[in-house]
Amino acid sequence: MSFGRPLLRTSYNQDASIFPTVLQKGLAIGFVLFLSAMALDLPVFGDIPRFFLGNTWLDPVGLTLCFAIAALGLNILVGVTGQVSLGHAFFMGTGAYTAVMLGGNVGNEESWKACVPFHDNLGLLDQQGECGLGLPIWIWLPASALVAAMIGVLVSPAAVKVRGLYLAIVTIGLVFIGLHLGRMLPEIAGDFESGRKWPRLDIRLWKGDPVVEMTEDGKWFGFLELSEEQKQFFFLLAMVLLMTWLAKNLVRSRTGRALQAIRDRDVAAEVMGVPEFKYKRIGFAISSAYAGLAGALFASFTGRVSPVDFGLLLSVDFIAILLIGGAGTIAGTLMGTVFVELLPKSVEKGTAWLSGNLDAGGLLGGIANFLLTSGSAGDFGPVSISATAPGWPMSVFQWNFVIYGVLIVVFLIFEPLGLFGIWLKVRNYWKGWPFSY
Amino acid sequence: MITLIQTISKAVALGSIYAILGLSYVLIFKGTQVLNFAAGAISMAGALFMSIMVADAGFPFLPFSNPIAPDPGETAGMGRWLVLLLMALILGGILGLVLERVAIRPMVGQPLFALAVITLGLEIAIQPFNLDAVAISGRSIGVPWGTETWEIGGAIFPKSYLAAVVAAALSFGFVFWFYRSRFGVAMRAVAFDQEAAMAQGINVGRVFAIAWGLGAALATLAAIFFAMAPWPAAGVVSLEIHPVWVFRVLPVIVLGGLDSVVGVIYGGLLIAGFEIFAGQYLARFTGVLGPGYSTIVPYLVMLVVLLVKPYGLFGTAEIRRV
Repeated sequence: MSFGRPLLRTSYNQDASIFPTVLQKGLAIGFVLFLSAMALDLPVFGDIPRFFLGNTWLDPVGLTLCFAIAALGLNILVGVTGQVSLGHAFFMGTGAYTAVMLGGNVGNEESWKACVPFHDNLGLLDQQGECGLGLPIWIWLPASALVAAMIGVLVSPAAVKVRGLYLAIVTIGLVFIGLHLGRMLPEIAGDFESGRKWPRLDIRLWKGDPVVEMTEDGKWFGFLELSEEQKQFFFLLAMVLLMTWLAKNLVRSRTGRALQAIRDRDVAAEVMGVPEFKYKRIGFAISSAYAGLAGALFASFTGRVSPVDFGLLLSVDFIAILLIGGAGTIAGTLMGTVFVELLPKSVEKGTAWLSGNLDAGGLLGGIANFLLTSGSAGDFGPVSISATAPGWPMSVFQWNFVIYGVLIVVFLIFEPLGLFGIWLKVRNYWKGWPFSY
Repeated sequence: MITLIQTISKAVALGSIYAILGLSYVLIFKGTQVLNFAAGAISMAGALFMSIMVADAGFPFLPFSNPIAPDPGETAGMGRWLVLLLMALILGGILGLVLERVAIRPMVGQPLFALAVITLGLEIAIQPFNLDAVAISGRSIGVPWGTETWEIGGAIFPKSYLAAVVAAALSFGFVFWFYRSRFGVAMRAVAFDQEAAMAQGINVGRVFAIAWGLGAALATLAAIFFAMAPWPAAGVVSLEIHPVWVFRVLPVIVLGGLDSVVGVIYGGLLIAGFEIFAGQYLARFTGVLGPGYSTIVPYLVMLVVLLVKPYGLFGTAEIRRV
């Protein structure tokens, strides 16, 4: 502990700890406090996210927190173990549907008959949404992780044998099989397009009243006046912190070192006595467990998730998060999640703000006139703000996809280490400032 | 018996289309070591080019009109349609060249995975333009034989089946001829060892460009023939040839081995056979298997094959060194 020289490390234990220096620890705690201050809507802090994301900013941020857990899981598989998987969405779906089976609403005798798969030729669709055991969250949340991990182990015989791009293709197959299962079992999954009711995030001891309720505005623990979204935000933030801590510890452990050895050179790892298949399977299982947990939280948080949402695009999301954030680093993964998940919302907000300035004149009005078009004749500009007609001026929603794809390409070409690499460059620049090294 | 013959012909036709698309993957993979996940967007864009050729009098954003486009309200005759098809293939090839130049060339020497993900990014970036262009109703590709069929001894064969088989035969013939040509030999040398090929004076950049141009043109060809009548798209470029179908070709190339041209023929026929036969003969179990179950049969076959042979049936096993 040396306050005068914050970067000095004086012992091995200090070097191996999560926050080697006081500065890093302080920054981490400060960041969490900063997030909490924003969520509690304190005077200045609350305005920052509102400026970028609009008044309902807790919704996209909550989603981002759920995705952060899944991204941490994929980071363990792709960044730490070096196995490229495009099947993360499948495991998220597994977790979500385990959660809904265990924690969903209890139906009556009749609706339980509809819960048995293949009960007849898809004739009981009106009964869906009512089959579940109604168990509390402390059962269904760990169970969703556990079941996803078990499925991960189950498919691992196919996954550990194949390498590189073959593995990516196999896991793509997994996503499509998962999508089909969603279409095949409406008894569990609900309607393919519109989904079904999800368990709520309340914490209860058993089936009675919640101990910590999270689905209504009101006081928490008798004194903290919070809205529904704020409660869920703090719960999800706590989950993310817990899972980040676990991931960080995993990477520092014997298992983590074995996984990294396999990533760096699998044959060399085997020669050193690291059983390759065993550790690949472990990596697969841990990553799937993260995905299952995240999937359960994601579905329960949003409340309107359907099988079609667990498609290939969701898997690509996480690969993009890792690449844009910086694969293999936990800080990079979290940065990437925030960037990828919140960018579309900010672009939407920015467009809305710009369209308010269409008639403002000056530079701002010029930019707005150049970029936006309301669909009237003679008005050009690539972004349409009238959401009606399909056709050339594309909506912000479509442009967001284009931006997203281009970002993946640009980051890979210009900054392979992602946001984490940019952060390293900035940090090293200021460390040596005003000297270049 | 008639059902069996019809099913076989359908499987052969679908297998031919899969083989054309698989050939596109394999050419690009052999030439540039890139697994082209953007094939879906490229092929849909190519089919849109075809539709622009056939249905519009001019080109979008360009001032001059298309001299051989059919008159408004008429469909193109056979010869004219083939010329238009050739032009669409050239446009598709140009798209491939542009993508290669912009996104792939700067990444030479990077890990395989990074290159594969770049193509995923391209797919996502191009796709909104495609979906925007087909809008809701879809755009016609003006197939001259439309939905016509031959009837031989009670069995019905759509003319598109024969067209698909002929297209596949021509493209494979072309690729085999190409492999014996000067450029083809250069491409095989690059596939074998990039640095050694460079040392021999082969222009690796040009090989990359040719591989992507040919690959994109083949993807276009496959999409156009998949958009014809007996298949769900039924003659229009619509959301039915949404790139998801392109991913069904991944099992084909995995089965054949990522770098084997001959393997693609076997893989395509095998996968299409499983898919079509499962669709035909397990139809009465649809209630249990779920609607559209035949589209995941390729993935199931792939999982089983990879358990037994991790590098596919014809792929080169990677030699692993420390």
